[in-house]
Amino acid sequence: MSAVHDLVIIGAGPAGIAAARSARADGLDAVLLDEQAEPGGQIWRAVGRVARERPGDLGIFGGSYAKGAGPVADLWGCELRFCATVWHLHRAEDAWEVVFSRSGAAERVRTKTLLIATGAMERPVPIPGWTLPGVTTIGALQLALKQSGAYPTGRVVLMGGGPLALLLASQFKAAGVPIAAELDTAPANRLSVAARYLPGAVLGAADTLLDGLRLLRGRTAITGVAPLEILGEGKVEAVRYRDGSGLHEVPADHVALHEGVVPNTQLTRLLDLNHVWNPVQRCFHPVLDPFGESSVADVFVAGDGGGILGWRAAQAAGALAAAQIAWRLGAIVESERDLRAAHHHGRIAAERRLRRFLDALYPVPDWLRLPEDRTTICRCEEISAGRVREMARLGCAGPNQLKAYLRAGMGACQGRMCGLSVTEILAETQGRTPEEIGYGRIRPPIKPVTLDELASLYQEPTS
Amino acid sequence: MQFSRLESANAASPVRFTCNGQVVEARAGDSVATALLLAGIGSTRDTALSGEGRAPYCLMGVCFECLVEIDGVPNQQACLVPVSDGMSVRRQEGAPQVWDG
Repeated sequence: MSAVHDLVIIGAGPAGIAAARSARADGLDAVLLDEQAEPGGQIWRAVGRVARERPGDLGIFGGSYAKGAGPVADLWGCELRFCATVWHLHRAEDAWEVVFSRSGAAERVRTKTLLIATGAMERPVPIPGWTLPGVTTIGALQLALKQSGAYPTGRVVLMGGGPLALLLASQFKAAGVPIAAELDTAPANRLSVAARYLPGAVLGAADTLLDGLRLLRGRTAITGVAPLEILGEGKVEAVRYRDGSGLHEVPADHVALHEGVVPNTQLTRLLDLNHVWNPVQRCFHPVLDPFGESSVADVFVAGDGGGILGWRAAQAAGALAAAQIAWRLGAIVESERDLRAAHHHGRIAAERRLRRFLDALYPVPDWLRLPEDRTTICRCEEISAGRVREMARLGCAGPNQLKAYLRAGMGACQGRMCGLSVTEILAETQGRTPEEIGYGRIRPPIKPVTLDELASLYQEPTS
Repeated sequence: MQFSRLESANAASPVRFTCNGQVVEARAGDSVATALLLAGIGSTRDTALSGEGRAPYCLMGVCFECLVEIDGVPNQQACLVPVSDGMSVRRQEGAPQVWDG
């Protein structure tokens, strides 16, 4: 049997990188895995390469991006595995086993403790026409610009709400990428509601707020937009929406959508950790103790995968979990752990105050939670919201039975795209709460693997 | 849906591969998905059910719309695979054929 590491960290974003550096400083034997080719996660995607090869572009992306250049360049001495797609986690004898594929071959590493730092994904935006080629998320366009300097040409319509939507618009302006229309879907009257959280946000994260205010300068967005439909035959041709002045249709070659981010719970669900419904952010996240340990001993979660708080909180949470692990493994003393914990808890509390303000400013709208009947919600198996409602009215017991009825959640993405819609629609139709409905069971492999890869793991029994 | 590349990003070393026989000129550091978008290949697969065209939606490994065949291995997430010289990419069209001969 192979060696058992102290710690395996899955995900090299702000949380995973902070944890890896902390573990290195404490002399732990840690491994950091990421499915991308470079460290940085989504927020710092390719920042090391951009800083080296096209430093002039750092200015396009703003301060939070450039702040990643230091951490991603300081992973010297950490054991790193990139292009490593994790597809199974399980308890094997007295250790955790992480199974992943790299370049078409499966590998496994064994570890005493596990840190899941797989971050957030953009909340899927099911509206009619969202499956057309030419529709992406706003985050996707930002990633293409970071990683490859790639941007869409023609008539580009940004339609969404939340900090990332504002950020991409400003990045496109800085890069000289023309935007045909910026349609802001945030409800127009939220500032008065959000205002009571503003003092806390100012105290907690004044610099982040100032960055946000700068994004609003010189903005020419159409506000109070409710998206209706993306039109086109085989590709995007136009967008239809409603605002205070009525119905509108704008021609478009590319439509980018964004309605905030939600935890990517695929691995935490695979391990069947306890999850809880967040009624404000309208998503599930794993239940964690103050150090980020989950309901299963020695399994930690740090960063947005444990609940959306943003990258600064993720960094703190990664270092916090690593400190707790180092203490448990005897690498640091309790007083040292407590000293670090006090510092990290302070940062996380400040970011939590900012998040309350943002959550109040950008509530999840009903058109997003409860798509109209004809809207495809399961992109893989091409299942509409109406079909899910039909099954709900027939008495479908929950997301797992729905798989048997419709295959929703059984396609290639394994429910990443439709999971929250299924929970919301079943809950609404049956008059139950999302907690009661729950979420579909996630089973391995959580990424496509070939029989060759499976077979390569088989070891001849030693006699 | 067309994509273009910032002048600053054109300096990276060229990488050449094919998609359904068409030569794609990419740059080191591109993912296969982004390289296909830049090459004007706006739809990366046709669904197994209705056969409608689909294209990358998230570019971060969660939507599975960019599944392609790479060097004979199907269902590769094109947004997670870096481009390399001589790679042979194919679109996935409809349901896979199960060979029973």
